[in-house]
Amino acid sequence: MMTKKILIVDDEPNIVISLEFLMKHEGFQVAVAVDGEEALRKVADLRPDLVLLDIMLPKQSGFEVCQEIRANPEWDSIKIIMLTAKGRDTEVQKGIALGADAYVTKPFSTKDLIARVRSVLSLENAA
Amino acid sequence: MNRSRLTGQRLVAIFLLGCVLLNYPLLFLFNRDANLFGIPLLYAYIFLAWAGLIGLMAWVIELRRD
Amino acid sequence: MLQGWVIALASFAYLGVLFAIAWYGDRRADAGHSIIANPTIYALSLAVYCTTWTYYGSVGRAAATGIGFLPIYLGPTLMLALWWFVMLKIIRIAKANRLTSIADFVAARYGKSQLLGGLMTVIAVIGVVPYIALQLKAVSNSFTILLHYPEIVMPARADTLPVLQDSTLYVALIMAAFSILFGTRHLDATERHEGLVAAIAFESLVKLLAFLAVGLFVTFGIYDGFADIFTRASIEPRLESLLRFGGNYSSWASLTFLSMAAIMLLPRQFQVAVVENVNENHLHRAIWQFPLYLLLINLFVLPIALGGLLLFEGGGVDADTFVLTLPMAFQQQGLALLVFIGGLSAATGMVIVETIALSTMVCNDLIMPIMLRWQWLGLSQRSDLSWQLLNIRRWAIVIILLLGYLYFRVAGEAYALVGIGLISFSAVAQFVPVIVGALYWKGGTRAGALAGLSAGFLVWTYTLLLPSFAKSGWLPSDFMQHGLFGVTLLLPQQLFGLSGLDEISHCLFWSMFANIGAYVGVSLLRQPNAREAGQATLFVDAFRATQTRAGARFWRGSAQVQDLLPLTARFLGPERAREAFASYAQRRGVASLAELVADADLVLYAESLLAGAIGSASARAMVASVVQEEPLGLDEVMNILDEASQVRAYSRQLERQSQELSAATRELRAANQRLKELDRLKDDFMSTITHELRTPLTSIRAFSEILHDDPRTALDERKRFLGIIVGETERLTRLINQVLDLAKIESGKAEWHIAEVNLREVVKQSVESTSQLFKERSIALEVDLPDSVPPILADHDRLIQVIINLLSNAVKFCVPQAGRVAVRMRQEGGMLRMDVADNGPGIRHEDQTIIFEKFRQGGQSSDVLTGKPQGTGLGLPISRQIIERCGGRLWVESAPENGKEGATFSFTLPLRILDQPEKERA
Repeated sequence: MMTKKILIVDDEPNIVISLEFLMKHEGFQVAVAVDGEEALRKVADLRPDLVLLDIMLPKQSGFEVCQEIRANPEWDSIKIIMLTAKGRDTEVQKGIALGADAYVTKPFSTKDLIARVRSVLSLENAA
Repeated sequence: MNRSRLTGQRLVAIFLLGCVLLNYPLLFLFNRDANLFGIPLLYAYIFLAWAGLIGLMAWVIELRRD
Repeated sequence: MLQGWVIALASFAYLGVLFAIAWYGDRRADAGHSIIANPTIYALSLAVYCTTWTYYGSVGRAAATGIGFLPIYLGPTLMLALWWFVMLKIIRIAKANRLTSIADFVAARYGKSQLLGGLMTVIAVIGVVPYIALQLKAVSNSFTILLHYPEIVMPARADTLPVLQDSTLYVALIMAAFSILFGTRHLDATERHEGLVAAIAFESLVKLLAFLAVGLFVTFGIYDGFADIFTRASIEPRLESLLRFGGNYSSWASLTFLSMAAIMLLPRQFQVAVVENVNENHLHRAIWQFPLYLLLINLFVLPIALGGLLLFEGGGVDADTFVLTLPMAFQQQGLALLVFIGGLSAATGMVIVETIALSTMVCNDLIMPIMLRWQWLGLSQRSDLSWQLLNIRRWAIVIILLLGYLYFRVAGEAYALVGIGLISFSAVAQFVPVIVGALYWKGGTRAGALAGLSAGFLVWTYTLLLPSFAKSGWLPSDFMQHGLFGVTLLLPQQLFGLSGLDEISHCLFWSMFANIGAYVGVSLLRQPNAREAGQATLFVDAFRATQTRAGARFWRGSAQVQDLLPLTARFLGPERAREAFASYAQRRGVASLAELVADADLVLYAESLLAGAIGSASARAMVASVVQEEPLGLDEVMNILDEASQVRAYSRQLERQSQELSAATRELRAANQRLKELDRLKDDFMSTITHELRTPLTSIRAFSEILHDDPRTALDERKRFLGIIVGETERLTRLINQVLDLAKIESGKAEWHIAEVNLREVVKQSVESTSQLFKERSIALEVDLPDSVPPILADHDRLIQVIINLLSNAVKFCVPQAGRVAVRMRQEGGMLRMDVADNGPGIRHEDQTIIFEKFRQGGQSSDVLTGKPQGTGLGLPISRQIIERCGGRLWVESAPENGKEGATFSFTLPLRILDQPEKERA
């Protein structure tokens, strides 16, 4: 089984640290981008299996990044989980409509997040 | 036309003035045995008042034209 | 030298001159160059008011009552001041409705009533006959006296001579002839006689000059001036009383009132003032010129009277003749002849104009209506009646003059000239109520007018006319002593016991009482009917501009041109009628008569043409006979009137409402916009805060869970994570505090402790608090403060907050190790100014406003550890609020585009203004 690659996109350093730790702990390979531009570059370079995408990014919003990823048919298999502190229904709908596979609001429960990641990647949940 | 109305109203005022000047009781006031340069007071008063009223009317009317 | 034939020749010569002037005037008028288009000529024509009554009679009256002759002239002076409004209105109405006499005027006003017109005519004729008699008496007497020159002989009593030897009869007939010549040569739709007006103006001048001549002669020729005459009079006991007014004040007032009425309502006055008026602007000058004329012609009356009384002791000479006999007594032949001519002038002027006016009324308002009703005369079938009309008028003139002669023989001796005149004045005074109502009261009805006129006329007849016959012996005089049928209450000159008034005042009182009472009372018995209401509006509202073709509004029906044209031709003559219709067609832009449409306007036009010839009441009747009129009910007339004003009112209202509506809509839209904006802002703010709060919480929760779930985490990692948790907790706390702070400040609920503050102390404290930060990043701090500064009024702790914020910002944006921050304070004007300058990357121009917005941060500050900008984004907004609250200003200066390094944040705070003189500036 190939190790899954996960790209974390968030501009808050502390959140990045926590997500990194969590994903590494689960045995995933982790890459980090702090803004939308970098994120798209790294998506092109690394072809991750999953992108943990924050909405509130400098310069570009997470929605735009999501749209761009989905616009590229080559990247159809890349899963996207959106993360944001804004939890309104409209945002959720928007995200799903743009092609995200799941949506997680901050602050998140770590267990919950890991479960989501695994399910999106079609992996069984660890005990 | 407002100037015209003003003139008309002034003339009405002159009319009222004339009614007062040329009637009892003002007239009675001058009905005395006195003379103005040899002319009986009443006679002089009436003609002077009359001339004065005419002068006022002429002034009000001709002034309007300017 | 002054033989009969000389006098006669001179008289005819003078009359010939008058006629020549009249003829010339008419010629010029027909050619279109009117010679009377002059306000002074108009004013002089009004002087036809001064007849032999003025010329001879005033002196007579003055000889009897002193000043008592004068009210007759003061009244017109006063009345003319009111003409500006009153006469203008009358002239406008008369022109607009083509009214040609005073009877026509009244008849037209009260529903175009023929009966009313007829009654007015009868009263006018009977009322004016004595006045005409007075002229005849004056002329014949003066002729007789002059004939006896150089002896002064009073003429015999009028009734002693057999009729055919009475020169007065011949005078009457000659005057009739001249009147016919002057006034009935042709029929004019407007009843204007321009030549006549010119002649009258001339004769007014002649009589004024003649009177002034004799006045000057008596005052300065016979005596030595005014003072001389009066002094001599004052020593004579019988004359001395004349120098003061010994009469009744009620008679003074009555005479004033009567003359005020007469100057408007005498038929000849109405004729020259209204009908003959060519231009209403002439009114203006006439208002003061005519009273001036009156003043001049009366200047010498009392001196002449006194002079005569002084000279002709014994009373053998009638005072009415002094004007003539005084020059005669001094052998002034030429002057005497001039005086006679002057008197003749006065008489003929009056007679001609008066009879022409009366004959017009008789023809139009009395004869024509009767003739038109008597079908057997077959008048409706005749095609040209204009000749008939002229003949009727000529006969009317002759008959009126003969009536005048009759009165003269019957009653002429009982009174002095003035007394006769006053009887006439009292008759025309009966017109006052109906005229006033015509102009100003829409409620006056035809029935009311008829009742008022009849009542007043009856009272006048009983209290003045019949007594005048009785005093001459023509009627038995017991009713004078014992009242009618012996009833004392019906004594003609002490009616109902009212005694103490002279007969004129007495008559005036009772006749006005009956007249006004009946007029008002009967008018109020019912509403005006449709026609009366329509006419009332035309008259009373004549000054409103909407009346141009108003008459046509109140007419409904159908007509044919083929009927209207012959009808008009019948009375005006065929060519004149065709001409009139053709010019009407031209004005309407219609090519030919054949294409003329007979609408309401044409009917009205035809009616007004006819009115000129036969009076408005008859014209109306004639037109009605050829058109199919559908009479308008009162409701419809009122509706038409109401509609017009209602429509106007509604459209104004509508306009206003639609304007208000669009204004309201605009306002609503703007308010909506504002609300949406605010809503959006609120949403933005809320979501931003939510985001900012949740972000540190996310880290806290995540790390807390991580540490909790995995006890095997490495120690250094554990320490690290806990550190982050602590940091984020602090961050969260700071954020919450600042948000609350800002909220409190913005909503005004914050607590401010304003006191005197020493800014130096504040700066020092702030520097101390942040010294750790500076040390950590090895950033140099320079502080430059003056030795002492005046105090300012501010919140101490808040100021510390601000300066700490500025310092920490400066530190954050400096490059570590190389960074330098300079703090400076100085006094500027009435302010203290502080600058915090750093040498960091600076702030771009477009960011300089953004940084003061909530949650916004600018540029690239760097945190050593994470590279993400620190801070909440609320510091500067809060600082700005605080500074502004303390009366100052906070701003930034930075220009990295121009190569200048760093940014300088500055603020000013006003110095506290003390009552004592300020300390010296630093």
